[in-house]
Amino acid sequence: MSNFLPYEENYKYGFSTDIESDTMLPGINESTIRIMSKKRREPSWLLNWRLKAYNHWCSLKQEPRWSEVKYAPINYDKISIFATPKKKIDSLDEVDPEIIKTYQKLGIPLHEQKKLANVAVDAIFDSVSVATTFKNHLLSLGILFCSFSEAIEKYPDIVQKYLGSVVPINDNFFSSLNSAVFSDGSFCYIPENVKCPMELSTYFRLNNQLIGQFERTLIIANAGSFVSYLEGCSAPRRDNNQLHAAVVELVALGNAEIKYATVQNWYPGNKQGVGGIFNFVTKRGICKEKSAKISWIQIENGSAITWKYPSVILKGEDTIGEFYSIAITNGHQQADTGSKMIHIGSNSYSTIISKSILAGHSKNTYRGLVKIQAQATQSRNYSQCDSLLLSATSESNTIPHLCTYNDSSILEHEASTSKVNEDQIFYCQQRGLSVEESINLIVSGFCKSIFQKLPMEFAVEAQKLLSLSLENAIG
Amino acid sequence: MLNINQLTITLKDKLILDKLSLEIHPGEIHVIMGPNGSGKSTLAQVLAGNPIYNVSNGFVLFKGENLLNQKPELRSLNGLFLAFQSPVEISGLNNMYFLKSMLNAHRKFKNLSELDSIEFLTLIDLKIEQLKIEKSSLGRNFNNGFSGGEKKMNEMLQILLLEPDLIILDEIDSGLDIDALKLVMFNISSLLKKQKSFIIITHYTKVLEYIQPNFVHILSHGKIVKSGTREIAFQIEQVGYENIH
Repeated sequence: MSNFLPYEENYKYGFSTDIESDTMLPGINESTIRIMSKKRREPSWLLNWRLKAYNHWCSLKQEPRWSEVKYAPINYDKISIFATPKKKIDSLDEVDPEIIKTYQKLGIPLHEQKKLANVAVDAIFDSVSVATTFKNHLLSLGILFCSFSEAIEKYPDIVQKYLGSVVPINDNFFSSLNSAVFSDGSFCYIPENVKCPMELSTYFRLNNQLIGQFERTLIIANAGSFVSYLEGCSAPRRDNNQLHAAVVELVALGNAEIKYATVQNWYPGNKQGVGGIFNFVTKRGICKEKSAKISWIQIENGSAITWKYPSVILKGEDTIGEFYSIAITNGHQQADTGSKMIHIGSNSYSTIISKSILAGHSKNTYRGLVKIQAQATQSRNYSQCDSLLLSATSESNTIPHLCTYNDSSILEHEASTSKVNEDQIFYCQQRGLSVEESINLIVSGFCKSIFQKLPMEFAVEAQKLLSLSLENAIG
Repeated sequence: MLNINQLTITLKDKLILDKLSLEIHPGEIHVIMGPNGSGKSTLAQVLAGNPIYNVSNGFVLFKGENLLNQKPELRSLNGLFLAFQSPVEISGLNNMYFLKSMLNAHRKFKNLSELDSIEFLTLIDLKIEQLKIEKSSLGRNFNNGFSGGEKKMNEMLQILLLEPDLIILDEIDSGLDIDALKLVMFNISSLLKKQKSFIIITHYTKVLEYIQPNFVHILSHGKIVKSGTREIAFQIEQVGYENIH
């Protein structure tokens, strides 16, 4: 069980360390939460915190219904919260050939392919030593970067101080669920005035502990520090789990800056719309003190359903919140995504730029909230939502909520919907570009302002990924 | 260069070009004039490969090869260029990015190395100088919010970048002020020296003041009803298309 901290004791609940029996614990209830917490050797405050979240979750009874997404009911009794050991596969031959094809197109080396497809990787390819060197270098700067489990064990005080401080346990149905049962995730702590010298990423950390479906991430940037974090990797991440309910919390103190980029490429389901991941994520950051800055950059490419609204609470004066998003949907994918910017500090500034590209029978809704409170005088927001339709059967909606409670602030919202038309494609063809190249050019032009926000090496991969997911987008 | 033989085109069962034949040699300029709806733009679109038109008869040879079964992009790569009457706008697509992609597609086809951004910048600086295009237009979105004249100059810029062998100009003169038109015609003359061929579609004789076409063809109801020197163009200006025989 690579998922858990090493332990030797025998548990009085009669658990063996055998993987098979660990998975035999379906259902989300007080008993399974207690067992899990015990097994993870968590401090009692965390168990109590989980139980509180669980009780709140029970009181909610049902999932939020306000979004535009439609899906069959989720059977929570069948979810096994305890351990999510996914089936290990012995060789790449057992992996869906479609996936392999995609890997090859992305130019991912073979051992990387194995890792991504969850094939047990030979010791030769194990990068443990690399990961350790990397970690030691960060440690020498005082940067703590580890799995959430490790953080609970090694830095319980920091975790306790900040866990749930941005996304409280009663925030919403899925965040309550996550708080009750989260298994692992990433933890990152940047000390005062330290600029993290490299992009931090779960990819670099080479997560062989297989983060489960309830992922928890906490990033704390102390005064004057800077960190750029990339979640996931651009290669397709296939998963046996249907529901993913992650929570990400970011805390930026005075003058600190956090840049959080996501490239999400989970299994979107097949062409008929069967299967695929339900991605219900709560992501929120707080610019707690003066001049803090948080930027969310996301490329949403996979999942059957995406439901996420990365938000920033602009609490300090002169704080900055940014949200840059590209959401590509094809087939029968549904995305209901956007951002919330809550202005509390005066002279706070937020920007929302959302680009959606729709093909096939997909549906995308931009849903946003910009709220400038009375004390947030002289604040500004600029929002821009653009949709590009590649098919006549796709559907795009824009639902912005904008409100200000003072009269010295300025709110701007621009939205556009355009369709790639045959004239444009013919024009590009007349200039020597194939239909696919033409669509790629038009789409990447449409997305360029956001690609520029991504870390360099990922921008290239994201662009590749984009053209892959748009293959045959126009029939 | 181009050999159009008995070309018959229909669109939704309507006859648009009727057994049209035309032969163009390297270094020649052919001007096509005619009333609205006579089929001038259709001819340009068909040669470029617009899939909405239906070829019901005839054939076209371009550089000795069957043109009509080539995909539009292949026709372009083989050296056929159409300067559109109304060039499309593409929102969000950076003009320079588009131009670079276009040029590199052609270079790749010719087995030449693709230009990187710096090499491209050096090249484009020369070309915009030739057309007196403002550098700032390169940073704008492709044709987005361009005036009619600016769009036409952007078409010319593409011609200078690609230096195609057969250049079809569909009403390049519309939207251009007199200084811009002079500049365009001056550049066409330089391309002629490189043995490039032109089909110039126009309503007005203005362009003929700056160039010496080899032929002027009058198109009416999908047929070439008269061919000759530029004198017939001036004649039309006097008497109108109705009275040309």
